[in-house]
Amino acid sequence: MPSMGVFRNENAAAHSSRDTQQQEKCSRISILLTKLTFANRAHRPVRTLLSILAIAVEVTMILTLVGVSNGTLHESARRARGSGADILVRAPGASSALTLSSSPMSDKFVNILRQEPHIVLATGTMVQPLELFDTITGIDLDQFTRMSGGFRFTQGGPPVNDMDMIVDEPYAREKHLRVGSIVTLLTQKWTISGIYEPGKLARICVKLPVLQRVTGNPGRLSQVYLKVDDSGKAQSIVDALRKTYPEYPIYTMEYYTSLLQVSSVGLLRNFTYVVIGVAMIVGFIVVFMAMYTAVLERTREIGILKAVGSSSGMILSMLLRETLLLAVIGTIVGILLTYVTQWLIVHFAPGGMTQETVYAWWPITGAIAIVGSLAGAIVPGLKAVRQDATEALSYE
Amino acid sequence: MSEMPFIQVRQLTKTYRVGDVDVHALRGMDLDVAKGEFIAVVGSSGSGKSTLFNILGGLTPPSTGSIHIGGKDLSHMTNAERTNMRKNTVGFVFQKYNLLPTLSAEDNIKIVKYIGGNGTDLDSPFQDVLHLLGIAERLKHKPRALSGGQQQRVAIARAIVNRPAILLADEPTGNLDSQNSMAVLKLLKDLNERLGQTILMITHDEEAASYAHRKVHMKDGQLVRTA
Repeated sequence: MPSMGVFRNENAAAHSSRDTQQQEKCSRISILLTKLTFANRAHRPVRTLLSILAIAVEVTMILTLVGVSNGTLHESARRARGSGADILVRAPGASSALTLSSSPMSDKFVNILRQEPHIVLATGTMVQPLELFDTITGIDLDQFTRMSGGFRFTQGGPPVNDMDMIVDEPYAREKHLRVGSIVTLLTQKWTISGIYEPGKLARICVKLPVLQRVTGNPGRLSQVYLKVDDSGKAQSIVDALRKTYPEYPIYTMEYYTSLLQVSSVGLLRNFTYVVIGVAMIVGFIVVFMAMYTAVLERTREIGILKAVGSSSGMILSMLLRETLLLAVIGTIVGILLTYVTQWLIVHFAPGGMTQETVYAWWPITGAIAIVGSLAGAIVPGLKAVRQDATEALSYE
Repeated sequence: MSEMPFIQVRQLTKTYRVGDVDVHALRGMDLDVAKGEFIAVVGSSGSGKSTLFNILGGLTPPSTGSIHIGGKDLSHMTNAERTNMRKNTVGFVFQKYNLLPTLSAEDNIKIVKYIGGNGTDLDSPFQDVLHLLGIAERLKHKPRALSGGQQQRVAIARAIVNRPAILLADEPTGNLDSQNSMAVLKLLKDLNERLGQTILMITHDEEAASYAHRKVHMKDGQLVRTA
């Protein structure tokens, strides 16, 4: 048994060497607090897993929405570039570059544009929106083939009969279509005559005059694609066309495809903000409940820590460390889950949506999850800090 | 002028408000304790023992009166000052052990050392104390894997790891069988005799109280007898 004197002297000796061991000591303290954080969470594994899962779902919701928005728009841009056109002329009255006009233009305008200097090819299309992201496009197949190089069919071939329809591979895969399959769209029965490789203008194409007739818009077009003699001069040609036809929105294809971003599509942008807001609220509520329950359950432990001299800051820091741990693991799990949603989309909805992995949003979403979670831990944390030590120690 | 006792309590009162009723837990108590003394505070339930324990330990402030430990006046300390005092001046041993269930016995001790600002290393002299307490081989276990007697010995080790001026023990044998009770009481006596540790032990057990140098009896929030 050591005497009090020895106990103190040796402790004093240890004290004298403290400076040289400061770094090692800090590391051990950090390990001890980290161990406490992990131990507290591991003590309630089901609740911890549920909290992590809830934060993960929050992260997945945001990343999937952003991924699908970006992927689908970029896929649209890829298809627009696949048209082979240099300039896009849209119908007057469209509220933005990315929306369709309610008053389509006359198909006579195609011939007028063909007469303009530097224009070597012009072809009009009609786009009829279907459900969600799908559209059906009416094309002049001969003109479009000359402009784009034509579709590369993997099954069948171009439309021959009026009610023939061609679709790209992802759409065919999603809808389980083959050559000869019958599809009902716009209250009409269409026969699949060919399936082509993706990346050409649209996913679903039919003959232009047939779509004009079926939709009650004979002689009308949604947009006109132009090919010029020198792609490098596309912008100056656009400028000249705008002077001649000021009421028509006219863009270079490069500019048009650059607009196919989430930030340029007001509805998508606002929808993304709404989802982020909802996800943050979900994360906040889940963490609030988890930490509030944890504080109630650990009332006695908090009392013990207070009794041995823990400051309010240390108790708050302990709870915030646990929250941060949940948020970080939840973010990682959420990111991994986006690969699951990507797989699901590829296998079950390849025609309508494309989900990209948007790496730039990983830290943003992580920050959103962490901020929402820490906000959810503040009230329980303050409750813990304000607990009376004597009452906490007698808590059963 | 006589020297102030290590612990000096004068006209200490504590009144709690329970609903619309004032409960007078302490009613002008006086107590002097010398450094290195082992005192047993004896009394029935409601006599004010635990309230005295809480005030001496800085867990709650008194309503009126003065209380000095090592010359420092506790009665006018702020919450932060009392929190600071609990780090190194007072060590607690509770009837229900009150170990953190998620940490090992060793980490239960280390975290208190860390909170006291003394790092986390359990130095060689303290390792000897752990051997004396008979828990050196059980330090890696979580509290639930220890017997009641072992848990209480870990709690004692935790209470003295920062070498506090006073060890406050509230019914330390209340949850133990007679064999473990005797072992714990002998340990407290050893700590008092060999380390010179000042100990105030609350108990309603006369046999436990017989291990102390002196017994003080409390009744209705006052000191009624000392022996």
